[in-house]
Amino acid sequence: MVIIQTEDFDIKTEYDALRTQTDEGAIVTFTGLVREHYDLANDNAGKVQSLYLEHYPGMTEKCLQDIAEQAAGRWQIVASRIIHRVGELKAKDQIVFVGTVSAHRADAFAAAQFIMDYLKSQAPFWKKQTVSGSANWVESKQSDSEALKRWQSQ
Amino acid sequence: MITIHYFASIRELLDQSQQQLELPDRVSTVDELIQHLISREPEKLQLLNDSSKVLIAVDQTVVDRNHILSGSEEVAFFPPMTGG
Repeated sequence: MVIIQTEDFDIKTEYDALRTQTDEGAIVTFTGLVREHYDLANDNAGKVQSLYLEHYPGMTEKCLQDIAEQAAGRWQIVASRIIHRVGELKAKDQIVFVGTVSAHRADAFAAAQFIMDYLKSQAPFWKKQTVSGSANWVESKQSDSEALKRWQSQ
Repeated sequence: MITIHYFASIRELLDQSQQQLELPDRVSTVDELIQHLISREPEKLQLLNDSSKVLIAVDQTVVDRNHILSGSEEVAFFPPMTGG
């Protein structure tokens, strides 16, 4: 299931929703939080005051659905759940949730990581962060496109 | 009629989120559409030529610049994605 929303989400509710899909095996959940320090290598970079998440309605859902289907094609997963927030967020807010259900933990872990790696650079979301009073669009990171390569070479 | 959407930094730079236009007869690919848009507003739209900074989706699927257009699509221009 794919959900795009402005509201926060509750991990227990999402976990319970996944748990109804199976009564044995493994559930892996991942939660991404808004960074307070976007530039970890630079102590003087300033704190992130707020983050605005823009998306392309329609295409976003389609891309996430496609990523979930690719994961289901590669690993034995019973279900997956992707929640991504959009709009105005603050540092430390929850921004993304990925949950996977499988009879085996290795499949659940791999599928969750695959979904996150693809979602970072293959679904139409754009972040604009405000640091020290100035707002700037976040540039895509080389490390994110490199994270995809390990899946593509397998 | 083609509907064009601009997102994120590109939307802000152009100060425009959407426009509609009839595809001229000589325009049949995404790249030709870009050149047509640039010819109408050279200064403002020149940035669409930078393929490292501008990605393109046609009917909500990412395509490359030689993708063929029929004239009734939804075309979107946006920077590399930064989700998660």
